[in-house]
Amino acid sequence: MPEFSTEAQELVQRIIKRYPEGKQKSAILPVLHIAQAEFQGWLSVPVMDYVASLLKILPIEVYEVASFYSMFNLKPVGKCVIEVCRTGPCWLMGAEDVVHHIEKKLGVKEGETTKDGMFTLKTVECLAACGSAPMMQVGETYHENLSLEKVDSILNEYKTNTKEHISHWDKKHIKK
Amino acid sequence: MGRQLLIDNINQTGIHTLEGYRTYGGYQALEKALRMKPEDIVAEVQKSGLRGRGGAGFPTGMKWSFIAKPPGVPRHLVCNADESEPGTFKDRYLMQRKPHLLIEGMIISSFALGANLSYIYIRGEMMAQFHILQNAIDEAYAAGLLGKNILNSGFDLDLHVHCGAGAYICGEETALIESLEGKRGNPRIKPPFPAVSGVWDRPTVVNNVETIAAVVPVINISGEEYAKIGIGKSTGTKLISACGHINKPGVYEIELGVPVEEFIYSENYCGGIKDGRKLKAVVAGGSSVPILPAELILKTAKGEPRLMSYESLGDGGFATGTMLGSGGFIVMDESTSVVKNLFNFTRFYHHESCGQCSPCREGTGWMEKILRKILDGRGTIADIDLLWDIQGKIEGKTICPLGEAAAWPVAAAIRHFRPEFEEYVKNPQNIKDVKHYYRLNNLQEA
Ligand SMILES: Cc1cc2nc3c(=O)[nH]c(=O)nc-3n(C[C@H](O)[C@H](O)[C@H](O)COP(=O)(O)O)c2cc1C
Repeated sequence: MPEFSTEAQELVQRIIKRYPEGKQKSAILPVLHIAQAEFQGWLSVPVMDYVASLLKILPIEVYEVASFYSMFNLKPVGKCVIEVCRTGPCWLMGAEDVVHHIEKKLGVKEGETTKDGMFTLKTVECLAACGSAPMMQVGETYHENLSLEKVDSILNEYKTNTKEHISHWDKKHIKK
Repeated sequence: MGRQLLIDNINQTGIHTLEGYRTYGGYQALEKALRMKPEDIVAEVQKSGLRGRGGAGFPTGMKWSFIAKPPGVPRHLVCNADESEPGTFKDRYLMQRKPHLLIEGMIISSFALGANLSYIYIRGEMMAQFHILQNAIDEAYAAGLLGKNILNSGFDLDLHVHCGAGAYICGEETALIESLEGKRGNPRIKPPFPAVSGVWDRPTVVNNVETIAAVVPVINISGEEYAKIGIGKSTGTKLISACGHINKPGVYEIELGVPVEEFIYSENYCGGIKDGRKLKAVVAGGSSVPILPAELILKTAKGEPRLMSYESLGDGGFATGTMLGSGGFIVMDESTSVVKNLFNFTRFYHHESCGQCSPCREGTGWMEKILRKILDGRGTIADIDLLWDIQGKIEGKTICPLGEAAAWPVAAAIRHFRPEFEEYVKNPQNIKDVKHYYRLNNLQEA
């Protein structure tokens, strides 16, 4: 069975204490985020089973939650998951062009991962940054007021600097 | 510009820290509130006329007065920081810059409700703000503002921030409660209302971030003073997040009652339409509220200037009016296709339907398909009528109002822009960029 790092295990125990005794199932969403941070950005069945054991719940209770929420990846993803907002206000401001541009640049379609395993392109729903549309998210970072040039330089930067998987729950928040 | 009670000093460096927040008067309302009786705080909020800022506009003081108090059963306050309604981005801004304002509001409101364990449920995508709030909460604990015997008042409160994981439906309060319990975000049938049976079957109040934040100025200046701001039953200030084809998108705090025309064209607010184009339509309160064409958003059907207030935006009902909603103000210029925009919104609701109720699960899918057909150039006039028919069969027939949220935009777009739909049907050769559009919406090209 996979196991969290010691830091992550301690963090999970602190999180479980935020809920009343016996209600540790409430910690499932934060713990699944941490699981993605610990295991290359996605949730395999063994990882979900491990989370179930940590929370003392049935594996099915984890699967049914993991499959409901859009931030959980049930298949392997690239080191850097690019999530472009596609909803109304971003669409008005040119999100189509951004998606089209990234598809061309990376040679993948929405939902696919580049062959080198560096990038996965996803489109997502409104991320509450409509005033700085179009925008996209990578890990916890919002990249806003995008132009195609700006997209190019952001992608180049990730390509050069990304060593390990970037997750929504950034690793730096697990370590402390 | 009017008074600022929420975003005052928001650009000061360090205001996100406890020390910085205190420099600008932070936590004075808490000190005052802890000297009051809980029921007097509820009364003060009732006097203020404050209405829920999450979208429905339900009077906050009244909601608080409904909370059940069975002896020995803990009560909970849960802050709704799920902010997922397209066009709405005020809560994120507030939490990013002034996390302590929300925390102060949570302590005061928890005290008023007799809750000793409260949560802020923030959507998972806002992980950066999740950690900002966590840091602020840690600071508050260290300063004795949270935990046992807060400021020697005898009041204990544990406050935690909880994150979601991507689901618009979790903004609906009963889905949010399910999600907080660690389940899928399926809304519950009401009654029982959360005030009687909420999280872990305990009495629970769910309030929006901005609502909770507004409790701080209500206590600071008194409910009576707060009620003097605004117009009629739309008291106080409201955060409006403005986006789309305007010169100055962003979050504005308005005194309720500002004329819509001033809000759109004044340099104090949106600064007019981009590139000198003409205004075509506005979705005034987040994607769920009815779209209005320029003439009806600027003036009511009676020809009176339309104001930014619950009543004025609602004037004329859905025939000619709309709603203030969440304050997500989406402006569209003359180049916008209302049909494509509607397709985008409908696709959104279809994607976000939790699937419990067939009218919503199936109806949103059918509406998306029919709109796609129209955008494909394969639509018929009968399809437009069918859309109208389907939306009417979703409204009022679902457990939660996501059904209405999906139906209203369709009804309003057809009501006010039917000729545009007919143009897509009659002259499909004029449709531009459709292929491009599919890609964004993750569709196979026809
Ligand atoms: C589909 C749907 C999504 C919602 N999303 C949100 C949201 O993101 N934030 C919010 O505060 N309220 C949202 N609401 C409204 C909540 O159900 C609830 O009315 C609100 O949190 C109450 O707080 P208030 O009285 O302070 O406005 C949503 C409602 C529905 C039906």
